[in-house]
Amino acid sequence: MNANNIARERAFPIVIVGHIDHGKSTLIGRMLHDTNSLPTGKVEELQSSCERRGAPFEWSFVLDALQLERDQAITVDSTQIWFHTENRRYVIIDAPGHREFLRNMVTGAASADAGVIVIDAKQGVSEQTRRHAYLLHLIGVPQVVVAINKMDLVDYSEDRFKTVEGEMQTYLEEIGLTAQAMIPVIAMHGDNLATRSEHMSWYVGPTVSDALDTFPRATAPVERPFRLPVQDVYRQDGRRLIVGRVESGQLQIGSEVSVWPTRRSAKVVSIERWASPGTETVIRAGQSVALTLDDELFIERGHILTLPTAGPRSSNALSVKLFWLSRDPLRQGEYLTLKLATAEYDVVIDSIDTVIDVEDLSRHRGHEVEQNGIAEITLRSRSDITYDLFHDIPTLGRAVLLDGYHVVGGCIIEGGGDIETASRNLTAVPQSVNAYEREAANGYPGAVLWMSGLSGAGKSTLAMALQRELFNRKINVYTLDGDNVRNGLNRDLGFSEEERDENIRRVAEVAKLFADYGTIVISAFIAPTNFVRAQAREIVGDQFHEVFVSADMSVCESRDVKGLYAKARRGEITDFTGISSPWEPPENPDLEVNTGELSLDDSLKKMIAYVEQSILKSAK
Amino acid sequence: MDDLDALEAQSVFILREAFNKIDPIGLLWSLGKDSCVMIWLAKKAFLGRMPFPAIHLDTGKEFPEAYAFRDTYSKEWDLDLIADDCPPIEDVDAGLPPASRFAARKSLGLQQAIDQYGFKALITGIRRDEQATRAKERVFSPRGVDNSWDFRKQPPEFWDQYNTDFPPGTHVRVHPLLHWTEVDIWRYIERENIPMVPLYYAKNGQRFRSLGEIGITEPIESTATTIAEIITELEATRDPERAGRTMDHETEDSFERLRTMGYL
Repeated sequence: MNANNIARERAFPIVIVGHIDHGKSTLIGRMLHDTNSLPTGKVEELQSSCERRGAPFEWSFVLDALQLERDQAITVDSTQIWFHTENRRYVIIDAPGHREFLRNMVTGAASADAGVIVIDAKQGVSEQTRRHAYLLHLIGVPQVVVAINKMDLVDYSEDRFKTVEGEMQTYLEEIGLTAQAMIPVIAMHGDNLATRSEHMSWYVGPTVSDALDTFPRATAPVERPFRLPVQDVYRQDGRRLIVGRVESGQLQIGSEVSVWPTRRSAKVVSIERWASPGTETVIRAGQSVALTLDDELFIERGHILTLPTAGPRSSNALSVKLFWLSRDPLRQGEYLTLKLATAEYDVVIDSIDTVIDVEDLSRHRGHEVEQNGIAEITLRSRSDITYDLFHDIPTLGRAVLLDGYHVVGGCIIEGGGDIETASRNLTAVPQSVNAYEREAANGYPGAVLWMSGLSGAGKSTLAMALQRELFNRKINVYTLDGDNVRNGLNRDLGFSEEERDENIRRVAEVAKLFADYGTIVISAFIAPTNFVRAQAREIVGDQFHEVFVSADMSVCESRDVKGLYAKARRGEITDFTGISSPWEPPENPDLEVNTGELSLDDSLKKMIAYVEQSILKSAK
Repeated sequence: MDDLDALEAQSVFILREAFNKIDPIGLLWSLGKDSCVMIWLAKKAFLGRMPFPAIHLDTGKEFPEAYAFRDTYSKEWDLDLIADDCPPIEDVDAGLPPASRFAARKSLGLQQAIDQYGFKALITGIRRDEQATRAKERVFSPRGVDNSWDFRKQPPEFWDQYNTDFPPGTHVRVHPLLHWTEVDIWRYIERENIPMVPLYYAKNGQRFRSLGEIGITEPIESTATTIAEIITELEATRDPERAGRTMDHETEDSFERLRTMGYL
């Protein structure tokens, strides 16, 4: 392949790891030189810089471009640099070997398709070598070569090479990694990097660059089940665009998709693009896409779109293998944030099951995980986590852990299941009184009666009459309506579509708090779209009761108690539901009360009958 | 999906993460090839219109062709353009070498824009292959209160889980092009037919490979008058991209010093 074709394909990412001073940076610097990949004048520039400092030139200086690093003579962070063999272009990630900088090694290695593990032939396999090998495996770098370096210092001894090779081989096999090749090299002189060594005729295997060229490229997992984690939802020309990156699988326009965790479904209507005219009707793993659906489902960042037939897993507890990066040890009972694809969950460390010693791979029980430690732990969440096993779909089976603002670790998911807790309503700070206790004390459960309907349908009138009736029966009841919310909590909101949605979202959150406290909440808002009502149902949960106060538009307009319809018709009010902004009647309300046909008294009786039957029943 | 599709998809993902997580946010538009590509990617990410301002830190010393380009494409691309003047040279530390001192006006201009408009994050078009110091960057890179960059204290960043929540007072630079190379940029410009300042194309045996202000940017010898010729030229060259940027080479560490002071 000629140089032009090489430059026109994506560089193959590799990471170089190993113990500090085993020669990683030297290997890279020399490799760049031997493959003619350095910019003109770079080596001369560094040689003259060394002369000025009165220090001998070293190949690692090529990478240690920062002044401070040269002064301290260690690689602090991971560096990326490009080189090419005759066959392809590579981007090398040089990961620091110093123990303190393991977080940077993880940062570098996580984006590599293959790894080179460098070992000093004289010093042999060290604790840090093992830790790096273990982490490569854990973060999902699938293929490695091992370069046994500084062979000149052991007199090019085949015996010494075999000893180190054997030791490393055994370790890699135990953790489940297979080395493509184990290669004796002298990085400083370039032996067996890009050119074959003249000093080790006993070695007949590939050079480092030959071995790298045999690595297949990682490909997007198109053949696995379809997963689209939702990144955001954009509004455009009255439509809602679901955006995100397809992590695995593929999907055809017109297919039905399921939304997790809501388990609703809809059909994909279109793929939206700008300046990318295309007739492609399939989206595939690796693509960043924007979709429209045929149904206004409640969808937000963190939800996952899948095919109905091959859904993800869902449970409130996960068994994970963890690498811990924080200075402070991890302990049982700690609260952290789990970031999995685009979702975030509050989790508690339910148990530390096994701490793994990377030196001898022994497993023991432990009460804490030290910095740079590896352990198997169980995480528990207040809500169900949507996930896949790392083994099945890597990008949906791994997650990052945060403590406040700081990334403190990463983990891969090996299993999951539900843990029964005293209350599923566990929150970050567990309530000392739970919903069942409140229900037992009050004699009825908290609930939200969510009344929606056109302006003038009679929502407020009915809500106030119902509130009075329930209060007279000594029931804790409270009505949320436009007046008591718009003047206080939501006084920062106007009447655009977004602000009206936000208004309803906040109302739903407040209603949930009242209901958690054990109150029967009556809410009386127009809530004009399926989307906002679905969102409210999602927020409130099982205690949600949807009441449709139905009255024909003509009836409402003829009543026009506040004169609003007249103003809207004259154009004095914009965004008026039913006239200048959309009204979608509820499709499956728990109760419908037609105030156009029933008198106020009969409407009230119908509502009371529903409350007695569906909410107060547990009191009996 | 070819490799340009993969690069585009990753940048779109990063831009959408930034827009979802950080508000208010702006994009720094140097008028150069990288930031024009970035605007193009933003238009793809947000389906036609970039939903945050494009900020041009104006030193008054751009080439006339660059100003003409700005005026035309801020309209054509429907940009919400902020183009305030940078503070004068007298405000810059006189201890810096001349070209670096000139370039540092942009750092002050940047600070001025942040103070005035309250941006919590700025999106910039730097790439890892441009300069060794930039190779150390994160995609979401936190800065101190004074905009300084401490590469030793960078947070871990892996599995595309970017650090988007920061303590108050932290400022963030977002780098959607970090994983692109110079050749990638030109191949993408070719494929997408993205307009560029004409100074990139050779005239009288010279062209600009890296575009900065008058007086601190030098053209290279070149006969490349088309994108295809530029790509062929870049594939053959072993000269560094920023060789024409005077301030990078004044002293051994001048670029690094500019960076820790908050220069891009």
